[in-house]
Amino acid sequence: MSEINNIDALTLTLAQEMRRDPRIFLAGEDVGRRGGVFRATKGLVQEFGENRVVDSPLAELSLVAVGIGAALYGLRPIVEIQFADFIAPAFNQIVQEAARFRYRTNGDWICPLLIRTPYGGGIGGGLYHSQSIEATYAHIPGLYVVAPATPYDIVGMLRYALRVNDPVLFLEHKKTYRLIKGEVPDSDYMIPFCKADIKRKGSDITVIAYGLMLHETLQAAQQLIHEDIDIEVVDPRTLHPLDRDTILSSVKKTGKALIVHEDNLTLGLGAEISALIASEAFEYLDAPVMRLTGPDVPAMPYARTMQDYFMPNVEKITTAIRKLAAY
Amino acid sequence: MTLDLSENLESKTRAEPRHVQLGLHDDQVLEMYWHMLLARRIDERMWILHRQHEVAFHVSGIGQEGCQVGAAYAVKRGHDFILPYYRDLCLTLTLGLTPRAMMLALYGKAGDPMSGGRQMPAHYSARQLNIVSVSSPVATQIPQASGIGFAIQYEKTDQVVVTCFGEGSTAEGDFHEGLNWAGIFGLPVIFLCQNNQYAISVPIEREMPVKNVADRAYAYGMPGVIFDGNDFLESYGAMKLAVARARQGKGPSLLEAKTYRPVPHSSDDDDRTYRSRQEVEFWKKRDPILLARNYCYSNNILDEDKNQEFEERAREIVDDANEFARAAPYPPAQEALNGVWGPLPEIERAG
Repeated sequence: MSEINNIDALTLTLAQEMRRDPRIFLAGEDVGRRGGVFRATKGLVQEFGENRVVDSPLAELSLVAVGIGAALYGLRPIVEIQFADFIAPAFNQIVQEAARFRYRTNGDWICPLLIRTPYGGGIGGGLYHSQSIEATYAHIPGLYVVAPATPYDIVGMLRYALRVNDPVLFLEHKKTYRLIKGEVPDSDYMIPFCKADIKRKGSDITVIAYGLMLHETLQAAQQLIHEDIDIEVVDPRTLHPLDRDTILSSVKKTGKALIVHEDNLTLGLGAEISALIASEAFEYLDAPVMRLTGPDVPAMPYARTMQDYFMPNVEKITTAIRKLAAY
Repeated sequence: MTLDLSENLESKTRAEPRHVQLGLHDDQVLEMYWHMLLARRIDERMWILHRQHEVAFHVSGIGQEGCQVGAAYAVKRGHDFILPYYRDLCLTLTLGLTPRAMMLALYGKAGDPMSGGRQMPAHYSARQLNIVSVSSPVATQIPQASGIGFAIQYEKTDQVVVTCFGEGSTAEGDFHEGLNWAGIFGLPVIFLCQNNQYAISVPIEREMPVKNVADRAYAYGMPGVIFDGNDFLESYGAMKLAVARARQGKGPSLLEAKTYRPVPHSSDDDDRTYRSRQEVEFWKKRDPILLARNYCYSNNILDEDKNQEFEERAREIVDDANEFARAAPYPPAQEALNGVWGPLPEIERAG
């Protein structure tokens, strides 16, 4: 058992998995000598060499496509998109190719490609270093989208992701990289996909949050307990496909639900989760389902005032929960 | 950098027939001709079936059999990797996809081994033959071919990759990024452009500002080779050299087969709206099957009786495949829901 942060969880697990499975290689912009712009691959080129830790040309489309080809061949590629904001040139390769090989060949060809990428805001990254891209990709059947938010979950889900035989988009909230620390056992545990985790048990309101918002929500819970509001915090962890059962059973217990995400409101994860609750747990609700999200603007502005306005935070979450509690 | 195609020829002055100079036996040449002929007869039947409203769609490889059969004979079947495009009927047939499989795909029947009736026809795939599934957005296979080349280099095998595309695809970013990777890493990939001179209706002048696709090879640090794609032996020779180069670890090549599509782009196209009949007629005289047949005749590899026998055999095979696919069952409707995800790995002890 040791306490590590999210970035260490990634680096340690990548190294451990590369030692286990020689088919695993890493490719991305600056992942080699530089060790990644966030240092997630620090030291890996020294241990595994340039054949397995590959500095790629600055070209996301072919970075993903090369990963697809290698996965079709039978390797276990991990490609790093330096910022989620830059993944768009690879959209066609991810959506039309990686996510469709299995279906379009009736299972003959499979594409076990792992795409890692830092996402999310709150670090002064402006429009193009802050984006949350999960909803766009969570719309795509055949593509897993996961967003583990603690060292424990990152280690367990990264190990699992490297055993899944379908493409995975592995989202890492960049603000949590060094902010979030936690205990990680020494065992080779794994955390399966499509299993949400109740990060805090409570009885009054269900709050569904992931990534940085999970941690803001857990802080909010600490404040609200003094006001006699006891919230249950559900971390979906896998954003697509969702663990519907865990979300629904929590909402059926509490009768109230709030979904928090940084991604903008319209057709975000909150919309899907709201519809799920409305159609499957309608009779259990004591209040309308609420969403607290980033606003519907193109992306997060750079100026601190506007950035803070964009981001949900502890204060906004407690305000929303009080409103829901009073309903 | 250019490849000297004469390297293939043991002696340029020797009076031996071209195929002998290329190291091909008479029976191999006859097989090549047979595959071209069979591909053509399958393709023609598919057009007829569409015109009879038997099937919803057909996209053709007619006119491009020469470079395709040449490519097929230059690789090791089932060992090397092939990322074809939708005109590669002759290539994939020669590499082992069966006429029945192609007809099942045309009809969208359950037994279609390429996609189980999910994809449109001509979206070739066969994992056991290392033929990678074709999709419809063009050029996506080009950087994927570099990825397979990367994996081959990673695993240090002697395999090579061949990917095919039309000249229209070379306007896509995927083409440029794919060649860039292959050039940087020296990957064992042969990029075979079948330049049939039209992207549906758009002629090459509107597709690229240079005269030849092969001219672009310079920018990606690989040789660019131009050859007559309607000449099956010249195509074989160019491919053989590029495959040998890749297999020896000398890196990728960009090959440009100059050819022509004498039929509309697909069953939904009308090529009379964008090109003259005279142009099409000119190219029909350069039909790769006609050229191959004449070559075989003049070298006493084939005679008219044998050709007639081939025609009858092709007819029987096409009839059989056609009837087999017509009679085969459609997939159950609910099959649409299957095959999205694989089974998730079991965890012995969850953490």
